[in-house]
Amino acid sequence: MPVLQGQWERLDQFRWKIPKSSKAGMRVDGVIYASEEMMKDIASDKALEQVANVAFLPGIVKYSLAMPDIHWGYGAPIGGVGAFDIDDGGVIAPGFVGYDIGCGVRLTRTNLHEDDVLPKLADLVNVLYNDIPAGVGSTGDIEVSAKDERKLLVEGAAWVVGRGYGVREDLEYTEDRGAMKGASPDAVSDRAYQRGRNQSGTLGSGNHFIEVQVIDEIYDEAAADVFGIEKGLVTLMIHSGSRGLGYQVCDEYSKEMIRCLAKYNINVPDRQLACAPVNSGEGKAYLGAMKCAANYAWANRQCIMHLARHAFEKVFHAGPKDLGMDLIYDVAHNIAKIEKHEIDKKERTLCVHRKGATRALPPGHPDLPAKYSKIGQPVIIPGDMGRNSYLLVGTKKAEETFYSTCHGAGRRLSRTAAISACRGRSIAAELKSKGILVMSSGRETLAEEAPEAYKDVKQVVGVVDGAGISKKVCRMRPMGVIKG
Amino acid sequence: MKRYEQFPHTADIGVRVYGKDPKELFENAAFAMFDIIADLENLSGDTVEDFELEAPDREALLVAWLDELLYNFYTKQLIFYKFQIEELTGTRLKARATGRPVGANRNRLKTEIKAATYSGLKIKASDGACEVEIIFDV
Repeated sequence: MPVLQGQWERLDQFRWKIPKSSKAGMRVDGVIYASEEMMKDIASDKALEQVANVAFLPGIVKYSLAMPDIHWGYGAPIGGVGAFDIDDGGVIAPGFVGYDIGCGVRLTRTNLHEDDVLPKLADLVNVLYNDIPAGVGSTGDIEVSAKDERKLLVEGAAWVVGRGYGVREDLEYTEDRGAMKGASPDAVSDRAYQRGRNQSGTLGSGNHFIEVQVIDEIYDEAAADVFGIEKGLVTLMIHSGSRGLGYQVCDEYSKEMIRCLAKYNINVPDRQLACAPVNSGEGKAYLGAMKCAANYAWANRQCIMHLARHAFEKVFHAGPKDLGMDLIYDVAHNIAKIEKHEIDKKERTLCVHRKGATRALPPGHPDLPAKYSKIGQPVIIPGDMGRNSYLLVGTKKAEETFYSTCHGAGRRLSRTAAISACRGRSIAAELKSKGILVMSSGRETLAEEAPEAYKDVKQVVGVVDGAGISKKVCRMRPMGVIKG
Repeated sequence: MKRYEQFPHTADIGVRVYGKDPKELFENAAFAMFDIIADLENLSGDTVEDFELEAPDREALLVAWLDELLYNFYTKQLIFYKFQIEELTGTRLKARATGRPVGANRNRLKTEIKAATYSGLKIKASDGACEVEIIFDV
């Protein structure tokens, strides 16, 4: 069911344009970052139409963007980026952030080398699996009272660090120090609180994971030195989000925004893109609630990292100093943020939506931790569980993407197609033969998440590096994976 | 008649649901969702929940119905497997769902559905047959 067949043109080696003339109602062009080979896959479903649909939204600036891991989502495509001028009727759309608000990844280094971990890998994977609750609707042992929950939503990762889940230094290396300012707990319904209860420190399900990795290639020695990493060193990556609380916030505000379409006379081709002006009452309320959910997600990953550090301490009988599990960075990839950008030599205030896309600040940006000022913001790109993941940094060139880049491999096969491709096979055994230990709580998760269900992350990273919107630092290979 | 089938969707789960009338369509949509969430085979139980919902139109009502069931699944830890739409207009429904506590059935759980989305949602109705495609965020 390809759509917009043939209605895109090549801009340069890595960029493709969907002219605004291809669908009546588009306010700007669509621009997709991809290689020629990837474009064939991308054009085979409704992803490009979703890029065009985003271009309908009021106040959109320059173009509707898609990163090379673009794939068919709901409303906006996964891998979509859109910036809206808040002083020019620009909107905010819950469906363009997604249900898993604040979903993201964090990466920690360790002092361990591959040889230190290999003899204990099975133990380590077991302990991580047992100590970090995962699976459908998983709840954990971290109990937060209703009153404290409101504090958690405002203070984010700092609140859980204050309760002993981590160290102050972790906050320095978390996007927005683990809490967006201006979160309003009153904008979060009782039902959302209810759905998020006791889910702090839980991984969730689907593509969320914890991965023990080893660095197997360095591309940028200088940046690697700043991160304190080298070839052969073990890293830990965590991918999770805002759990039930975020899903419920998106759900409720999506319904509310449908009513806004008539109220503000907004025309969208898909109701999942329902939106309201950022400066309207509804827009402000959603933004306040969305920030709460994002803060919850940062707190959640902070708790998971804390539990994972303890698991390492248990298995290696070593203390925090010996293990050196310092956070390299934590960054969200489902979020909307109010940011200042220079557009045509004028500073404008934009509401930048990134849905399956990562913020990537350039060297010298004021929001960077001092230590990263010279190299730019770390960008963490997980691959599938059988192939590599990457660490990159932001660049000045990414001003053309509102300082945004890709977020992962991007799916290639639907879950059903992946399950049928894996029928009669043991994915765990196949991965084990490649030296990768995998544990999962979901019955079908391993087949759904099989490596072949994903695009090769190498190609995705090749495009953003080639186009210059971020720069490769190193590559990691999975050793042990815990899936939700 | 087939109650539903999955269609390929790259990132999420898409289902095409069938029903002889809108009531049955709503019942089968709920069944499809829980059939994805959990293994319903031979599941029995008699925990009953009643629902009364309103929405601006029938599509929005379908999403509201599914999301209400999801909310009850997560917060009350109930796996629903039987659904009865008692009243249905274009904007309002009354329904009853029967289920069983997750409890010892945790091993039946398969997939975490975050929400039913509005994306491309359109109920098609003709004589004696209704159909709708729903995308679930997973």
